[in-house]
Amino acid sequence: MELLTNQILAGIATGSIYACMALSVVMIYQAIDHLNFAQGEMATFSAFVAWQLMQWGIPFWPCFVLTVIISFAAGVAIERGLFRPLAKASVLTNVAGFIALFAIVNSVTGMTWDYTIKEFPSPFGSSQFLRSELINSHQAGMIGVTSLLLAFLYCFLGFTKVGLAMRAAVSTPESAKLVGINVGWMVALGWGLASSIGAVAGMLIAPVVFLEPNMMGGILVYGFAGAVLGGLSSPAGAVLGGILVGVFENLIGTYVPGAGNELKLPIALALIILVLRFRPDGLFGRNVVERV
Amino acid sequence: MSDILEVRELRAYYGQVQALHGIDLSLREGSVTTLLGANGAGKTTTLRSICNMVRFTGAIRFDGIELSTRSTERLVRLGIAHVPQGRGTFTRMTVEENLRLGAISRNDEKAVTGDIDRMYAHFPKLKERRSQQAGTLSGGEQQMLAVARALMLRPRLMLLDEPSFGLAPLIVRDLFAILARINREDKVTIMVVEQNAELALELASDAYVIETGRIVMSGPAAEIAGNEDIRKSYLGY
Repeated sequence: MELLTNQILAGIATGSIYACMALSVVMIYQAIDHLNFAQGEMATFSAFVAWQLMQWGIPFWPCFVLTVIISFAAGVAIERGLFRPLAKASVLTNVAGFIALFAIVNSVTGMTWDYTIKEFPSPFGSSQFLRSELINSHQAGMIGVTSLLLAFLYCFLGFTKVGLAMRAAVSTPESAKLVGINVGWMVALGWGLASSIGAVAGMLIAPVVFLEPNMMGGILVYGFAGAVLGGLSSPAGAVLGGILVGVFENLIGTYVPGAGNELKLPIALALIILVLRFRPDGLFGRNVVERV
Repeated sequence: MSDILEVRELRAYYGQVQALHGIDLSLREGSVTTLLGANGAGKTTTLRSICNMVRFTGAIRFDGIELSTRSTERLVRLGIAHVPQGRGTFTRMTVEENLRLGAISRNDEKAVTGDIDRMYAHFPKLKERRSQQAGTLSGGEQQMLAVARALMLRPRLMLLDEPSFGLAPLIVRDLFAILARINREDKVTIMVVEQNAELALELASDAYVIETGRIVMSGPAAEIAGNEDIRKSYLGY
């Protein structure tokens, strides 16, 4: 029983990182109808920025906040500079843009900070959380920070004027313009937020997987899986999807004989494909109700 | 009365195709003007040009301000509310959020809340459904919502694109009565594009008839309605 609880909690902890990546992917997907393959590389870059700031002697939390702000600005700049000009281009042009972004960010990261593995400190340490065997303090921290982030986003999107404008702009752009919303800037804001959320995920996972230019590759796959499982049309679904993927992964690694570390990812993904076979819009994907 | 909207030599294009061939229009402040014509005559394109949603040449002045250099979202802030064809409902948001969106370019939050209550008084059905997803409303309710959303801007000019489309005759009557009241009480200038010419001419004070991208007739609504030749050849009733 203790093992089960332990595995579920650990799954929720890593799952919350997948949830962040899933959410980043969904935010951009909703805004421009494309999957951002470079989301993971952007998050890695952000984690390196935080690492660099810490090397210069700035304490963890100020670095954390600064990195979130820098990542936000970078996200906006990428949208303005690269994807806004591509807005009316074909799907394949956009895909090429994302692949280019992936390769560029990855190489720039490697060139600037080289490919040796770096240690990234955890602000939460790795002692037992509340003297319990179930979960360590960094895992608890990942869950806590992610929860705060989600609560913030929920309030921002649900209860502020800008949040309302943003939802309107991505769901019905033409009408949004007709009520005076600057749709272009709302899309840029979505990129900024997605990039910031990715940065948080990167900084939280770096102490676990160690910092190196390719650290987010596998995690982004989990993030995509979570987003698709939850439904690309639903931010809340993406979050739940990400957490579910984390829990699946751990339970399969523990309980499926012979699965171990090598097979837990493929098995988790196979399970997701099975779910999608029956619910193509994802578990929480909205079946839009509309009357004409 | 002075003209609130002036359109001169409007030519609009979809890609290589020219849809309007030099339209001239004037809207008197406080009037209801209707733009009539068959399918594909260029009615919607005229409205979309005013809001800078298609490529066009020519001059469009609102209260003396040239609109052609302003983006859609910026000219809305001058007080131009456009209810597009198909109503433009934010289907995945609640009725109340739709109303808030109508006023999103305003900065007087207190007055906005007051206006929402005013809309609920105008349209009691919307109050009943305030927290319902707007996409689940019936066609008539959605059209009421679209009009209410436009009014939330406190517009000086309201552009309506075929508000009667797809609605039962009785609901259309209600809707047009509401439009007449809005025009009278809130002093909103209204331009309404319609295929239902008979009803539109009853509501309007001025009328324009458009055919294949050109104005073929204009004048007081009563005069156009009274001219049997025009009615037969252009308006089909």
